[in-house]
Amino acid sequence: MAGPLSYLGVELARPLVGVFEFTSCEGCQLQLVNNEATLLDFLNLVELVNFREAMSERSDDYDIALVEGSISRADEVARLQKVRANAKTLVALGSCACFGGVNQLKNRFGDLDWVKKEVYGNFPVATQEVRPLSDFVPVDLMLYGCPPKKEEIEKVIANLVVGKKVTMPKYPVCMECKANENLCLFTLGEPCLGPITRAGCDAWCPNNRRGCWGCRGPAEVANVRELETIMARHGFSRETFIDRLECFGGFAGQVAELRTTPKPTRAKRP
Amino acid sequence: MKSSRTIQINHLTRVEGHGNIHIRIQRGKVVEARWEVVETPRFFEAMLIGKRWENAPYLCGRICGICSIGHTLASIRAVENAFGIVPSEQTAALRLLLKHMETLQSHVLHLYFLAAPDFLGVGSVLPLTQSHPEEVQRALRLKLLANDACDIIGGRRLHPTRTVVGGFTMLPEKAQLERLAQRLITAEDDLAATADLFATFTLPDFTRETEFVSLKGDHSYPFIGGELVSSDGVVRQEAAYRTMTNEYCAKGFTSKLSKLSRDSFAVGALARVNNNFSHLHPAARTVAKRLGLVPVSHNPFMANIAQLVECVHVARDSLAIIKQLLKRKWQEPRVAIKPKQGIGVGAVEVPRGILYHAYEFDREGRIVRADCVIPTSQNHANIHADLKELARQWTAQGKPDSDIELLAQMLVRAYDPCISCSVH
Repeated sequence: MAGPLSYLGVELARPLVGVFEFTSCEGCQLQLVNNEATLLDFLNLVELVNFREAMSERSDDYDIALVEGSISRADEVARLQKVRANAKTLVALGSCACFGGVNQLKNRFGDLDWVKKEVYGNFPVATQEVRPLSDFVPVDLMLYGCPPKKEEIEKVIANLVVGKKVTMPKYPVCMECKANENLCLFTLGEPCLGPITRAGCDAWCPNNRRGCWGCRGPAEVANVRELETIMARHGFSRETFIDRLECFGGFAGQVAELRTTPKPTRAKRP
Repeated sequence: MKSSRTIQINHLTRVEGHGNIHIRIQRGKVVEARWEVVETPRFFEAMLIGKRWENAPYLCGRICGICSIGHTLASIRAVENAFGIVPSEQTAALRLLLKHMETLQSHVLHLYFLAAPDFLGVGSVLPLTQSHPEEVQRALRLKLLANDACDIIGGRRLHPTRTVVGGFTMLPEKAQLERLAQRLITAEDDLAATADLFATFTLPDFTRETEFVSLKGDHSYPFIGGELVSSDGVVRQEAAYRTMTNEYCAKGFTSKLSKLSRDSFAVGALARVNNNFSHLHPAARTVAKRLGLVPVSHNPFMANIAQLVECVHVARDSLAIIKQLLKRKWQEPRVAIKPKQGIGVGAVEVPRGILYHAYEFDREGRIVRADCVIPTSQNHANIHADLKELARQWTAQGKPDSDIELLAQMLVRAYDPCISCSVH
């Protein structure tokens, strides 16, 4: 749409980008237009060829597919496979695409018939267990978060355009929170998964005095048992801990393990 | 002209979520016209079962990526009503201000990014960045202002962080509110220019008599809680919302549908303006009159104008709220919560219409039953009825298929549907 794109004097090709969504709130793709100050620069960096929520033009020819949402119906599997076949790079955008997101909370009942009946009574509705994209197709990149940070989306796309490697932090949110000099949420009486959740959001929720709910999934080293002991010391029940751990699906393995182990005793503060 | 034609639009663009339009015309007569909702359901009402109260607003905000603030506020109101908590004046004022800024953000997004391209004959806002740079910059300025406001009050523009049962986790700085007030004053020019732009658009000439449902304003234009009213004269208490929504399931819709006095009714900006016109800010009423919106308007395309009118109202009202807030000393941001057994309902006017959340709690504050009735699900039956009538009228007038196809899409877009939200 605009003139040629270059970086340090080297001409760059604008990648063709398609935006797609499956079972989701479509909030992740809205984040793309939610950064008004840089939106026009962002649009100049790529060529959007598919973005149903914002444009009527459609195309099957694209380099990068940004895919939001989890998979919960057979027709979605077929649609996802088509997107995978068309795209050179498939990016899972947000916690639903990466882990199943809040949608996977319905899986915990292990009874889809009950779930359907609870909402629709006897009216027939097709659904299946909620799964992340990577259960069906290879995913090249994951952009974590509910919602993902728009700065992070822009950084990743910019890196893809100039051919730079994309890396994500391996340390936990707790480190970003400390660096921001926030009061520790445990001190404020709030439960928080900051010590075990992957960083990269700049401690978005703790900065606003809201404990972390783990939407970005586990950090490279995530000592869940130790955090449960710390939570218990601050008077938070296992139920409160699990509510957060299981919320977005990133800690599915840890939740399953936790459910089979005995609760920690409520030890006194050392 | 062929004797039998079909207009089929799968996954309509420039709307939130997945819906299809199907029109079949035989020998110059419409034999079938359908609005279909094919979105995958997420089963929020089941997800909540067994969860403690504090999960409800956090999870339910995630029903919608556009009006997450509205969902969070409706959910909080339902929990607070169940536990007998009345928000402080400070909390109520901040919530309304936050709600206003979401309304502004959402309406501007719809008016400029989703609706305007049709009136300017393009497929999206992208070509407008070249042909109408001033308009695009104006839209971005207004949206940025509203989103920044949501950040400073709610902590985040999407899936807010500071909004909790009992109040807020933290408060904005007064200096931030002062700056917001300054920007709102500047925005008045941008909103006036938006009215100038929309004055140049010709709305399709189509009416179908419709029942309109909204909150009922007693002393002010209503957004959070209160009685429910319909333009056919039905008045109900907030807690009796189910007698207003009468949800049912139907083939072709993964969303539920609603009806009241007739086969369908409409909610949203047009319903609110129609039912509460006298409570609008005078500046908003002036814009309405200038753009030909006189209550009760039965032209669904007028919903675009109603959104614009509400943008003017919320911008002016926000200034008044900030003025009041700046006069007061900040109080504690939140109160402690004691769960109680019982049922609570929260009705909130979100950008696309009236939204209800209702929860039943056990003694420990765990959810035993949940119900969310979404504005767009209440609108689906009405969109369907409008679509049939629009196809009938335009076919009878001998309009070409391409016109009918475009107008049918514009009709659905005028409702600014949030389809994934309606299915939730």
